[in-house]
Amino acid sequence: MAKLILSMDGLVLKEIPLAKERTTIGRKPHNDIQIDNLAVSGEHAVIVTILNDSFLEDLGSTNGTVVNGNAIKKHFLQNNDIIELGKYKLKFVGEAAPAAGAAPAGEKADFEKTMVLRPSQMKAAADQAKAMAAAAGGGAAGAQAAAVAQRAAAVQAVGATATAAGIADKDPAKAPAAAAAAPAAAVPASATATAPAKPGQPMGAIQLLSGANAGKELELNKPLTTLGKPGVQVAVLTRRPQGYFITHVEGSSRPAVNGQQIGAAPHALKDHDVIELAGVKMEFFIKA
Amino acid sequence: MDLTQTLEIASCTDPGMVRSHNEDSIAADAANGLVVLADGMGGYNAGEVASGMATTVIITEMQQILTAARPYDIDQRNNQEIATRLVREQVLKANTSIYQAAQSQPQYAGMGTTLVTCLFFDNRILVAHLGDSRLYLQRGGSFRQVTRDHSLLQEQIDSGLITAEQAKKAQHKNLVTKALGIDPSVEPEIHEYPTKPGDIYLLCSDGLCDMVEDDDIGMTLQALGANLKLAAQQLVQMANDNGGRDNVSVILVRVLREYPGPRGVMAKVFAWLK
Repeated sequence: MAKLILSMDGLVLKEIPLAKERTTIGRKPHNDIQIDNLAVSGEHAVIVTILNDSFLEDLGSTNGTVVNGNAIKKHFLQNNDIIELGKYKLKFVGEAAPAAGAAPAGEKADFEKTMVLRPSQMKAAADQAKAMAAAAGGGAAGAQAAAVAQRAAAVQAVGATATAAGIADKDPAKAPAAAAAAPAAAVPASATATAPAKPGQPMGAIQLLSGANAGKELELNKPLTTLGKPGVQVAVLTRRPQGYFITHVEGSSRPAVNGQQIGAAPHALKDHDVIELAGVKMEFFIKA
Repeated sequence: MDLTQTLEIASCTDPGMVRSHNEDSIAADAANGLVVLADGMGGYNAGEVASGMATTVIITEMQQILTAARPYDIDQRNNQEIATRLVREQVLKANTSIYQAAQSQPQYAGMGTTLVTCLFFDNRILVAHLGDSRLYLQRGGSFRQVTRDHSLLQEQIDSGLITAEQAKKAQHKNLVTKALGIDPSVEPEIHEYPTKPGDIYLLCSDGLCDMVEDDDIGMTLQALGANLKLAAQQLVQMANDNGGRDNVSVILVRVLREYPGPRGVMAKVFAWLK
Protein backbone atom coordinates (compact mmCIF):
# COMPACT_ATOMS: atom_id res chain seq x y z
CA MET A 1 0.00 0.00 0.00
CA ALA A 2 1.19 3.49 -0.79
CA LYS A 3 2.00 5.75 2.13
CA LEU A 4 2.98 9.27 3.07
CA ILE A 5 5.86 10.15 5.34
CA LEU A 6 5.25 13.37 7.22
CA SER A 7 8.35 15.28 8.23
CA MET A 8 9.41 18.74 9.36
CA ASP A 9 12.95 20.09 9.05
CA GLY A 10 14.14 16.63 8.04
CA LEU A 11 12.62 15.04 11.15
CA VAL A 12 10.20 12.21 10.40
CA LEU A 13 7.00 12.71 12.39
CA LYS A 14 4.89 9.81 11.17
CA GLU A 15 3.97 7.45 8.38
CA ILE A 16 0.46 7.47 7.03
CA PRO A 17 -0.75 4.55 4.90
CA LEU A 18 -3.19 5.58 2.15
CA ALA A 19 -5.77 3.01 3.13
CA LYS A 20 -8.83 5.01 2.18
CA GLU A 21 -10.15 6.15 -1.16
CA ARG A 22 -10.03 9.77 0.05
CA THR A 23 -7.42 10.96 2.48
CA THR A 24 -7.94 14.60 3.44
CA ILE A 25 -5.19 16.94 4.59
CA GLY A 26 -5.82 20.14 6.52
CA ARG A 27 -5.56 22.09 9.74
CA LYS A 28 -8.98 21.20 11.13
CA PRO A 29 -9.23 18.09 13.30
CA HIS A 30 -11.70 16.23 11.07
CA ASN A 31 -9.03 15.74 8.41
CA ASP A 32 -7.42 12.32 8.03
CA ILE A 33 -4.05 14.01 8.19
CA GLN A 34 -4.27 16.98 10.51
CA ILE A 35 -1.41 19.47 10.32
CA ASP A 36 -1.88 22.08 12.99
CA ASN A 37 -0.06 24.96 11.38
CA LEU A 38 -1.43 28.35 10.33
CA ALA A 39 0.14 28.05 6.88
CA VAL A 40 -2.17 25.10 6.27
CA SER A 41 -5.80 25.75 5.33
CA GLY A 42 -8.67 24.14 7.21
CA GLU A 43 -9.34 21.84 4.27
CA HIS A 44 -6.12 22.06 2.35
CA ALA A 45 -5.88 19.13 -0.05
CA VAL A 46 -7.10 15.63 -0.66
CA ILE A 47 -5.42 12.47 -1.96
CA VAL A 48 -7.68 10.18 -3.94
CA THR A 49 -6.33 6.66 -4.14
CA ILE A 50 -7.69 4.34 -6.78
CA LEU A 51 -6.09 0.93 -6.54
CA ASN A 52 -2.37 1.60 -7.00
CA ASP A 53 -2.71 5.16 -8.22
CA SER A 54 -2.93 8.24 -6.02
CA PHE A 55 -3.95 11.73 -7.10
CA LEU A 56 -3.35 14.85 -5.08
CA GLU A 57 -5.81 17.71 -5.42
CA ASP A 58 -5.58 21.14 -3.87
CA LEU A 59 -8.90 22.16 -2.31
CA GLY A 60 -8.48 25.86 -2.99
CA SER A 61 -6.10 26.40 -0.09
CA THR A 62 -4.87 29.89 0.78
CA ASN A 63 -1.18 29.13 0.43
CA GLY A 64 -1.41 26.47 -2.22
CA THR A 65 0.08 22.98 -2.50
CA VAL A 66 3.58 22.50 -3.82
CA VAL A 67 4.87 19.21 -5.25
CA ASN A 68 8.58 18.92 -6.00
CA GLY A 69 8.85 22.70 -6.02
CA ASN A 70 5.90 23.38 -8.36
CA ALA A 71 2.52 24.67 -7.25
CA ILE A 72 -0.19 22.29 -8.41
CA LYS A 73 -3.97 22.08 -8.56
CA LYS A 74 -4.13 18.39 -9.45
CA HIS A 75 -1.22 15.99 -9.55
CA PHE A 76 -0.75 12.30 -10.23
CA LEU A 77 1.57 11.24 -7.43
CA GLN A 78 4.72 9.38 -8.35
CA ASN A 79 7.02 7.48 -6.06
CA ASN A 80 9.18 9.82 -3.93
CA ASP A 81 7.18 12.96 -4.74
CA ILE A 82 7.57 15.61 -2.04
CA ILE A 83 4.43 17.52 -1.12
CA GLU A 84 5.15 20.76 0.73
CA LEU A 85 2.62 22.38 3.05
CA GLY A 86 4.22 25.34 4.81
CA LYS A 87 7.13 23.99 6.81
CA TYR A 88 5.85 20.42 6.58
CA LYS A 89 6.86 17.93 3.97
CA LEU A 90 4.95 14.82 2.94
CA LYS A 91 6.89 12.27 0.97
CA PHE A 92 4.81 9.94 -1.17
CA VAL A 93 6.06 6.36 -1.25
CA GLY A 94 4.25 4.18 -3.78
CA GLU A 95 3.47 0.50 -3.47
CA ALA A 96 6.59 -1.28 -2.26
CA ALA A 97 8.43 -2.57 -5.30
CA PRO A 98 8.90 -6.36 -5.28
CA ALA A 99 12.39 -7.74 -5.07
CA ALA A 100 14.73 -6.76 -7.87
CA GLY A 101 15.50 -9.24 -10.60
CA ALA A 102 12.35 -9.32 -12.65
CA ALA A 103 12.30 -6.26 -14.84
CA PRO A 104 8.60 -5.35 -14.95
CA ALA A 105 8.27 -5.36 -11.18
CA GLY A 106 5.16 -3.21 -10.97
CA GLU A 107 3.32 -5.11 -13.65
CA LYS A 108 4.31 -8.45 -12.22
CA ALA A 109 2.40 -7.76 -9.05
CA ASP A 110 -0.71 -7.04 -11.09
CA PHE A 111 -0.62 -10.46 -12.61
CA GLU A 112 -1.10 -12.08 -9.25
CA LYS A 113 -4.54 -10.65 -8.64
CA THR A 114 -7.15 -13.17 -9.60
CA MET A 115 -9.15 -11.91 -12.54
CA VAL A 116 -11.93 -13.31 -14.63
CA LEU A 117 -11.49 -14.08 -18.26
CA ARG A 118 -14.75 -14.15 -20.16
CA PRO A 119 -15.22 -16.65 -22.98
CA SER A 120 -16.05 -13.88 -25.47
CA GLN A 121 -12.71 -12.26 -24.81
CA MET A 122 -11.01 -15.64 -25.05
CA LYS A 123 -12.34 -16.01 -28.56
CA ALA A 124 -11.18 -12.55 -29.51
CA ALA A 125 -7.79 -13.34 -28.03
CA ALA A 126 -7.54 -16.61 -29.91
CA ASP A 127 -8.46 -14.92 -33.19
CA GLN A 128 -5.92 -12.26 -32.57
CA ALA A 129 -3.35 -14.93 -31.80
CA LYS A 130 -4.13 -16.71 -35.04
CA ALA A 131 -3.70 -13.52 -36.98
CA MET A 132 -0.40 -12.90 -35.29
CA ALA A 133 0.71 -16.47 -35.94
CA ALA A 134 -0.20 -16.15 -39.61
CA ALA A 135 1.86 -13.01 -39.79
CA ALA A 136 4.74 -14.80 -38.15
CA GLY A 137 4.72 -17.40 -40.91
CA GLY A 138 4.05 -21.16 -40.96
CA GLY A 139 6.24 -24.08 -40.00
CA ALA A 140 7.37 -25.31 -36.63
CA ALA A 141 8.46 -21.89 -35.50
CA GLY A 142 5.02 -20.62 -36.40
CA ALA A 143 3.30 -23.07 -34.07
CA GLN A 144 5.42 -21.99 -31.17
CA ALA A 145 4.88 -18.36 -32.01
CA ALA A 146 1.16 -19.03 -32.05
CA ALA A 147 1.24 -20.41 -28.55
CA VAL A 148 3.21 -17.47 -27.25
CA ALA A 149 1.12 -15.00 -29.19
CA GLN A 150 -2.07 -16.51 -27.89
CA ARG A 151 -0.88 -16.16 -24.34
CA ALA A 152 0.15 -12.61 -24.93
CA ALA A 153 -3.09 -11.78 -26.66
CA ALA A 154 -5.16 -13.40 -23.95
CA VAL A 155 -3.40 -11.46 -21.27
CA GLN A 156 -3.85 -8.32 -23.29
CA ALA A 157 -7.54 -8.97 -23.67
CA VAL A 158 -7.83 -9.47 -19.97
CA GLY A 159 -6.17 -6.18 -19.33
CA ALA A 160 -8.88 -4.58 -21.38
CA THR A 161 -11.73 -6.60 -19.88
CA ALA A 162 -10.61 -6.02 -16.39
CA THR A 163 -10.51 -2.30 -16.96
CA ALA A 164 -13.99 -2.32 -18.40
CA ALA A 165 -15.23 -4.27 -15.42
CA GLY A 166 -13.52 -1.91 -13.04
CA ILE A 167 -11.20 -4.47 -11.53
CA ALA A 168 -7.96 -3.55 -13.20
CA ASP A 169 -5.58 -1.79 -10.92
CA LYS A 170 -3.38 -0.20 -13.55
CA ASP A 171 -4.21 2.09 -16.39
CA PRO A 172 -4.95 0.10 -19.53
CA ALA A 173 -2.06 1.59 -21.45
CA LYS A 174 0.32 -0.41 -19.32
CA ALA A 175 -1.41 -3.74 -19.95
CA PRO A 176 -0.10 -4.39 -23.48
CA ALA A 177 3.43 -3.60 -22.40
CA ALA A 178 3.06 -5.95 -19.48
CA ALA A 179 1.57 -8.62 -21.68
CA ALA A 180 4.44 -8.36 -24.09
CA ALA A 181 6.89 -8.65 -21.26
CA ALA A 182 5.08 -11.57 -19.63
CA PRO A 183 6.14 -14.51 -21.81
CA ALA A 184 9.73 -13.34 -21.84
CA ALA A 185 9.84 -12.92 -18.09
CA ALA A 186 7.97 -16.14 -17.40
CA VAL A 187 10.89 -18.37 -16.64
CA PRO A 188 13.03 -16.37 -14.23
CA ALA A 189 10.14 -14.70 -12.42
CA SER A 190 8.38 -17.81 -11.26
CA ALA A 191 11.50 -19.41 -9.90
CA THR A 192 10.91 -17.53 -6.67
CA ALA A 193 7.37 -18.79 -6.28
CA THR A 194 7.98 -22.16 -4.76
CA ALA A 195 11.66 -22.01 -4.08
CA PRO A 196 12.61 -24.58 -1.46
CA ALA A 197 14.80 -23.71 1.48
CA LYS A 198 17.42 -21.24 0.40
CA PRO A 199 20.77 -22.78 -0.40
CA GLY A 200 22.49 -20.42 2.01
CA GLN A 201 20.42 -21.67 4.91
CA PRO A 202 22.43 -23.74 7.37
CA MET A 203 21.51 -27.41 7.54
CA GLY A 204 20.29 -28.72 10.87
CA ALA A 205 20.48 -32.27 12.17
CA ILE A 206 19.64 -34.24 15.27
CA GLN A 207 21.66 -36.89 17.02
CA LEU A 208 19.99 -39.43 19.29
CA LEU A 209 21.53 -39.42 22.77
CA SER A 210 19.60 -42.28 24.36
CA GLY A 211 17.48 -45.27 23.41
CA ALA A 212 18.21 -48.18 21.11
CA ASN A 213 19.53 -46.01 18.30
CA ALA A 214 21.75 -43.79 20.45
CA GLY A 215 24.46 -42.11 18.41
CA LYS A 216 22.43 -42.16 15.22
CA GLU A 217 22.28 -38.93 13.29
CA LEU A 218 19.41 -37.60 11.20
CA GLU A 219 19.80 -34.74 8.78
CA LEU A 220 16.86 -32.35 8.69
CA ASN A 221 16.86 -31.62 4.98
CA LYS A 222 13.10 -31.74 4.43
CA PRO A 223 10.72 -28.89 5.22
CA LEU A 224 9.06 -31.19 7.75
CA THR A 225 10.43 -34.06 9.79
CA THR A 226 8.20 -35.92 12.22
CA LEU A 227 9.65 -37.60 15.28
CA GLY A 228 8.22 -39.89 17.93
CA LYS A 229 5.78 -42.76 18.14
CA PRO A 230 2.40 -42.33 16.44
CA GLY A 231 -0.38 -42.60 19.00
CA VAL A 232 2.01 -41.93 21.88
CA GLN A 233 3.86 -38.73 21.25
CA VAL A 234 4.73 -37.06 17.98
CA ALA A 235 6.46 -33.77 17.30
CA VAL A 236 7.41 -32.15 14.05
CA LEU A 237 10.58 -30.29 13.21
CA THR A 238 9.96 -27.64 10.57
CA ARG A 239 12.62 -26.03 8.48
CA ARG A 240 11.80 -22.39 7.78
CA PRO A 241 13.76 -19.44 6.41
CA GLN A 242 14.10 -18.20 10.00
CA GLY A 243 15.55 -21.49 11.19
CA TYR A 244 14.24 -24.70 12.71
CA PHE A 245 11.18 -25.04 14.91
CA ILE A 246 9.72 -27.88 16.94
CA THR A 247 5.94 -28.22 17.33
CA HIS A 248 3.86 -30.69 19.31
CA VAL A 249 1.60 -32.79 17.05
CA GLU A 250 -0.07 -35.48 19.12
CA GLY A 251 0.10 -37.25 22.46
CA SER A 252 -0.92 -36.27 25.98
CA SER A 253 2.43 -34.82 26.96
CA ARG A 254 4.47 -32.32 25.03
CA PRO A 255 8.12 -32.67 24.11
CA ALA A 256 10.70 -30.92 26.29
CA VAL A 257 13.55 -28.71 25.08
CA ASN A 258 16.47 -28.39 27.51
CA GLY A 259 14.28 -29.86 30.25
CA GLN A 260 11.41 -27.39 29.70
CA GLN A 261 8.14 -28.59 28.22
CA ILE A 262 7.26 -26.57 25.13
CA GLY A 263 3.91 -24.84 24.66
CA ALA A 264 1.38 -25.29 21.91
CA ALA A 265 3.12 -22.77 19.65
CA PRO A 266 6.16 -23.65 17.53
CA HIS A 267 9.36 -23.44 19.56
CA ALA A 268 12.50 -22.09 17.88
CA LEU A 269 15.48 -24.43 18.14
CA LYS A 270 18.99 -23.23 18.88
CA ASP A 271 22.24 -25.01 18.20
CA HIS A 272 22.85 -27.81 20.76
CA ASP A 273 19.33 -27.76 22.23
CA VAL A 274 18.44 -31.09 23.82
CA ILE A 275 15.02 -32.42 22.89
CA GLU A 276 13.25 -35.09 24.93
CA LEU A 277 10.47 -36.90 23.16
CA ALA A 278 8.69 -40.18 23.93
CA GLY A 279 11.42 -41.04 26.44
CA VAL A 280 14.26 -40.47 23.98
CA LYS A 281 16.79 -37.69 24.27
CA MET A 282 18.30 -36.09 21.20
CA GLU A 283 20.45 -33.13 20.43
CA PHE A 284 19.72 -30.58 17.75
CA PHE A 285 22.71 -28.98 16.08
CA ILE A 286 23.54 -26.88 13.06
CA LYS A 287 25.88 -28.52 10.59
CA ALA A 288 28.73 -26.37 9.43
CA MET B 1 -28.14 -36.43 10.60
CA ASP B 2 -25.57 -34.68 12.74
CA LEU B 3 -22.05 -35.18 11.40
CA THR B 4 -20.12 -33.39 14.17
CA GLN B 5 -18.84 -36.75 15.45
CA THR B 6 -18.04 -37.95 11.95
CA LEU B 7 -16.13 -35.06 10.44
CA GLU B 8 -13.19 -33.29 11.98
CA ILE B 9 -12.77 -29.85 10.47
CA ALA B 10 -9.89 -27.41 10.86
CA SER B 11 -9.34 -24.21 8.97
CA CYS B 12 -6.96 -21.31 8.73
CA THR B 13 -6.99 -18.13 6.68
CA ASP B 14 -4.35 -15.44 6.42
CA PRO B 15 -3.82 -12.30 4.33
CA GLY B 16 -0.32 -13.48 3.40
CA MET B 17 2.88 -11.47 3.41
CA VAL B 18 2.12 -8.93 0.69
CA ARG B 19 -1.54 -8.03 0.66
CA SER B 20 -3.00 -5.70 3.25
CA HIS B 21 -6.37 -7.39 3.49
CA ASN B 22 -7.84 -10.81 3.16
CA GLU B 23 -10.24 -11.30 0.28
CA ASP B 24 -10.69 -14.98 1.04
CA SER B 25 -13.63 -16.20 3.02
CA ILE B 26 -14.22 -19.58 4.62
CA ALA B 27 -17.12 -21.17 6.47
CA ALA B 28 -17.86 -24.60 7.86
CA ASP B 29 -20.85 -26.34 9.37
CA ALA B 30 -19.79 -29.71 10.73
CA ALA B 31 -23.29 -30.73 11.79
CA ASN B 32 -24.59 -30.51 8.24
CA GLY B 33 -21.31 -31.66 6.69
CA LEU B 34 -20.88 -28.45 4.73
CA VAL B 35 -17.71 -26.46 4.02
CA VAL B 36 -17.32 -23.43 1.77
CA LEU B 37 -14.21 -21.56 0.62
CA ALA B 38 -14.24 -18.49 -1.62
CA ASP B 39 -11.47 -16.28 -2.98
CA GLY B 40 -12.86 -12.87 -3.85
CA MET B 41 -11.69 -10.40 -6.45
CA GLY B 42 -12.43 -6.76 -7.16
CA GLY B 43 -11.13 -3.38 -6.12
CA TYR B 44 -11.13 -1.86 -2.62
CA ASN B 45 -12.93 -4.26 -0.34
CA ALA B 46 -15.24 -5.63 -3.05
CA GLY B 47 -13.34 -8.92 -3.11
CA GLU B 48 -14.07 -9.50 0.55
CA VAL B 49 -17.68 -8.55 0.04
CA ALA B 50 -18.09 -11.02 -2.82
CA SER B 51 -16.41 -13.94 -1.06
CA GLY B 52 -18.22 -13.14 2.19
CA MET B 53 -21.56 -13.11 0.42
CA ALA B 54 -20.80 -16.42 -1.26
CA THR B 55 -19.97 -18.24 1.97
CA THR B 56 -22.79 -16.66 3.97
CA VAL B 57 -25.49 -17.27 1.38
CA ILE B 58 -24.50 -20.87 0.79
CA ILE B 59 -24.08 -21.79 4.46
CA THR B 60 -27.26 -20.14 5.72
CA GLU B 61 -29.46 -21.29 2.84
CA MET B 62 -28.21 -24.85 3.10
CA GLN B 63 -28.65 -24.88 6.86
CA GLN B 64 -32.23 -23.79 6.42
CA ILE B 65 -32.95 -26.45 3.81
CA LEU B 66 -31.18 -29.25 5.67
CA THR B 67 -33.37 -28.78 8.77
CA ALA B 68 -36.29 -30.09 6.70
CA ALA B 69 -34.67 -32.24 4.04
CA ARG B 70 -31.79 -34.67 3.68
CA PRO B 71 -29.40 -34.57 0.74
CA TYR B 72 -30.14 -38.19 -0.19
CA ASP B 73 -33.89 -37.70 -0.25
CA ILE B 74 -35.38 -38.62 -3.59
CA ASP B 75 -36.95 -35.92 -5.65
CA GLN B 76 -40.45 -37.15 -6.64
CA ARG B 77 -40.32 -35.30 -9.94
CA ASN B 78 -37.29 -36.94 -11.49
CA ASN B 79 -36.49 -39.78 -9.10
CA GLN B 80 -33.03 -38.36 -8.40
CA GLU B 81 -31.42 -37.36 -5.15
CA ILE B 82 -31.91 -33.75 -4.27
CA ALA B 83 -28.30 -33.10 -3.19
CA THR B 84 -26.97 -31.91 -6.53
CA ARG B 85 -29.98 -29.72 -7.19
CA LEU B 86 -29.81 -28.21 -3.69
CA VAL B 87 -26.16 -27.30 -3.93
CA ARG B 88 -26.52 -25.98 -7.45
CA GLU B 89 -29.48 -23.82 -6.47
CA GLN B 90 -27.63 -22.29 -3.53
CA VAL B 91 -24.59 -21.55 -5.68
CA LEU B 92 -26.85 -19.84 -8.21
CA LYS B 93 -28.53 -17.90 -5.41
CA ALA B 94 -25.13 -16.67 -4.24
CA ASN B 95 -24.28 -15.77 -7.83
CA THR B 96 -27.43 -13.70 -8.16
CA SER B 97 -26.86 -11.90 -4.86
CA ILE B 98 -23.29 -10.96 -5.76
CA TYR B 99 -24.16 -10.01 -9.31
CA GLN B 100 -27.01 -7.78 -8.20
CA ALA B 101 -24.91 -6.09 -5.55
CA ALA B 102 -22.20 -5.50 -8.15
CA GLN B 103 -24.73 -4.03 -10.56
CA SER B 104 -26.49 -1.80 -8.06
CA GLN B 105 -23.51 -0.40 -6.16
CA PRO B 106 -20.75 1.27 -8.15
CA GLN B 107 -18.03 0.51 -5.60
CA TYR B 108 -18.71 -3.21 -6.07
CA ALA B 109 -18.77 -3.16 -9.87
CA GLY B 110 -16.97 -6.11 -11.37
CA MET B 111 -16.56 -7.98 -8.10
CA GLY B 112 -16.66 -11.74 -8.13
CA THR B 113 -15.32 -14.76 -6.34
CA THR B 114 -14.07 -18.25 -6.93
CA LEU B 115 -15.76 -20.99 -4.98
CA VAL B 116 -15.28 -24.51 -3.78
CA THR B 117 -17.90 -26.07 -1.57
CA CYS B 118 -18.34 -29.63 -0.30
CA LEU B 119 -21.34 -31.36 1.15
CA PHE B 120 -20.73 -34.63 3.01
CA PHE B 121 -23.61 -37.11 3.27
CA ASP B 122 -24.25 -40.81 3.12
CA ASN B 123 -20.57 -41.84 2.82
CA ARG B 124 -20.16 -39.46 -0.08
CA ILE B 125 -18.83 -36.03 -0.85
CA LEU B 126 -20.46 -33.67 -3.29
CA VAL B 127 -18.16 -30.95 -4.53
CA ALA B 128 -19.13 -27.86 -6.50
CA HIS B 129 -16.54 -25.43 -7.74
CA LEU B 130 -15.92 -22.37 -9.88
CA GLY B 131 -12.56 -20.83 -10.70
CA ASP B 132 -9.19 -21.80 -9.30
CA SER B 133 -9.94 -22.67 -5.70
CA ARG B 134 -9.27 -26.35 -5.28
CA LEU B 135 -10.18 -29.55 -3.53
CA TYR B 136 -7.46 -32.11 -2.84
CA LEU B 137 -7.78 -35.57 -1.35
CA GLN B 138 -5.28 -37.36 0.82
CA ARG B 139 -6.19 -41.05 0.97
CA GLY B 140 -3.79 -43.70 2.20
CA GLY B 141 -0.39 -42.62 0.94
CA SER B 142 -1.62 -40.74 -2.09
CA PHE B 143 -2.39 -37.07 -2.46
CA ARG B 144 -4.19 -35.79 -5.51
CA GLN B 145 -6.12 -32.85 -6.83
CA VAL B 146 -9.83 -33.57 -7.18
CA THR B 147 -11.12 -30.44 -8.88
CA ARG B 148 -9.89 -29.01 -12.14
CA ASP B 149 -9.38 -25.29 -12.23
CA HIS B 150 -11.50 -23.14 -14.46
CA SER B 151 -8.52 -21.12 -15.54
CA LEU B 152 -6.81 -20.05 -18.71
CA LEU B 153 -3.80 -22.07 -17.66
CA GLN B 154 -5.79 -25.28 -17.21
CA GLU B 155 -7.45 -24.77 -20.61
CA GLN B 156 -4.05 -24.33 -22.19
CA ILE B 157 -2.84 -27.52 -20.55
CA ASP B 158 -5.94 -29.38 -21.68
CA SER B 159 -5.58 -28.22 -25.26
CA GLY B 160 -1.92 -29.24 -25.25
CA LEU B 161 -0.60 -25.74 -25.74
CA ILE B 162 1.63 -26.03 -22.71
CA THR B 163 2.71 -28.83 -20.40
CA ALA B 164 1.99 -29.00 -16.66
CA GLU B 165 5.68 -28.31 -16.14
CA GLN B 166 5.54 -25.11 -18.17
CA ALA B 167 2.34 -24.14 -16.39
CA LYS B 168 4.20 -23.95 -13.10
CA LYS B 169 6.34 -21.23 -14.57
CA ALA B 170 3.54 -19.34 -16.31
CA GLN B 171 2.79 -15.75 -15.47
CA HIS B 172 -0.95 -15.68 -15.82
CA LYS B 173 -1.86 -18.13 -13.09
CA ASN B 174 -4.46 -15.71 -11.92
CA LEU B 175 -6.84 -15.70 -14.87
CA VAL B 176 -9.99 -17.68 -14.16
CA THR B 177 -12.54 -18.50 -16.83
CA LYS B 178 -15.48 -19.03 -14.48
CA ALA B 179 -16.41 -17.22 -11.30
CA LEU B 180 -19.34 -16.41 -9.09
CA GLY B 181 -21.04 -13.03 -9.43
CA ILE B 182 -19.53 -11.92 -12.74
CA ASP B 183 -22.38 -12.86 -15.07
CA PRO B 184 -26.13 -13.10 -14.41
CA SER B 185 -25.95 -16.86 -14.67
CA VAL B 186 -23.24 -19.41 -14.11
CA GLU B 187 -22.93 -23.17 -14.20
CA PRO B 188 -20.91 -24.63 -11.33
CA GLU B 189 -19.08 -27.89 -11.92
CA ILE B 190 -20.52 -30.50 -9.58
CA HIS B 191 -19.24 -34.00 -8.91
CA GLU B 192 -19.87 -36.68 -6.36
CA TYR B 193 -17.36 -39.15 -4.95
CA PRO B 194 -17.48 -41.90 -2.32
CA THR B 195 -15.52 -41.17 0.86
CA LYS B 196 -13.62 -43.55 3.12
CA PRO B 197 -12.83 -43.24 6.81
CA GLY B 198 -9.36 -41.74 7.15
CA ASP B 199 -9.71 -39.50 4.09
CA ILE B 200 -8.46 -35.96 4.50
CA TYR B 201 -9.99 -33.38 2.18
CA LEU B 202 -8.21 -30.10 1.62
CA LEU B 203 -10.01 -27.05 0.26
CA CYS B 204 -7.66 -24.21 -0.56
CA SER B 205 -7.37 -20.91 -2.36
CA ASP B 206 -4.72 -20.37 -5.02
CA GLY B 207 -2.59 -18.62 -2.40
CA LEU B 208 -1.63 -22.07 -1.16
CA CYS B 209 -1.15 -24.08 -4.34
CA ASP B 210 0.73 -21.26 -6.11
CA MET B 211 3.18 -20.96 -3.24
CA VAL B 212 3.60 -24.56 -2.07
CA GLU B 213 4.30 -27.57 -4.27
CA ASP B 214 1.64 -30.27 -4.27
CA ASP B 215 4.23 -32.76 -3.02
CA ASP B 216 5.00 -30.58 -0.03
CA ILE B 217 1.30 -30.16 0.75
CA GLY B 218 0.85 -33.92 0.59
CA MET B 219 3.86 -34.49 2.80
CA THR B 220 2.53 -32.03 5.37
CA LEU B 221 -0.83 -33.78 5.51
CA GLN B 222 0.92 -37.11 5.80
CA ALA B 223 3.18 -35.92 8.59
CA LEU B 224 0.75 -33.78 10.53
CA GLY B 225 -2.50 -35.58 9.73
CA ALA B 226 -2.80 -36.51 13.39
CA ASN B 227 -3.23 -32.87 14.32
CA LEU B 228 -5.48 -31.26 11.75
CA LYS B 229 -5.43 -27.78 13.25
CA LEU B 230 -1.63 -27.77 13.23
CA ALA B 231 -1.56 -29.08 9.67
CA ALA B 232 -3.79 -26.19 8.55
CA GLN B 233 -1.56 -23.65 10.29
CA GLN B 234 1.55 -25.30 8.90
CA LEU B 235 0.25 -25.10 5.32
CA VAL B 236 -0.49 -21.39 5.69
CA GLN B 237 2.92 -20.86 7.24
CA MET B 238 4.63 -22.69 4.38
CA ALA B 239 2.86 -20.45 1.85
CA ASN B 240 3.99 -17.39 3.80
CA ASP B 241 7.55 -18.68 4.16
CA ASN B 242 7.68 -19.09 0.38
CA GLY B 243 6.66 -15.49 -0.18
CA GLY B 244 2.96 -15.42 0.70
CA ARG B 245 2.11 -13.28 -2.29
CA ASP B 246 -1.63 -13.88 -2.06
CA ASN B 247 -4.21 -14.51 0.63
CA VAL B 248 -3.98 -18.08 1.86
CA SER B 249 -6.92 -20.12 3.07
CA VAL B 250 -7.24 -23.78 3.85
CA ILE B 251 -10.01 -25.98 5.20
CA LEU B 252 -9.17 -29.53 6.19
CA VAL B 253 -11.87 -32.15 6.67
CA ARG B 254 -11.10 -35.60 8.01
CA VAL B 255 -13.65 -38.39 7.73
CA LEU B 256 -13.52 -40.21 11.07
CA ARG B 257 -15.99 -43.01 10.42
CA GLU B 258 -18.64 -44.32 8.07
CA TYR B 259 -21.80 -42.24 7.86
CA PRO B 260 -24.37 -44.03 5.77
CA GLY B 261 -27.62 -42.11 5.41
CA PRO B 262 -30.43 -43.89 7.26
CA ARG B 263 -32.86 -45.36 4.76
CA GLY B 264 -35.85 -47.57 4.57
CA VAL B 265 -39.01 -47.82 6.59
CA MET B 266 -37.40 -47.37 10.01
CA ALA B 267 -35.73 -44.14 8.93
CA LYS B 268 -39.05 -42.84 7.71
CA VAL B 269 -40.66 -43.72 11.01
CA PHE B 270 -37.89 -41.95 12.92
CA ALA B 271 -38.13 -38.94 10.67
CA TRP B 272 -41.87 -38.86 11.21
CA LEU B 273 -41.47 -39.16 14.99
CA LYS B 274 -39.16 -36.17 15.02
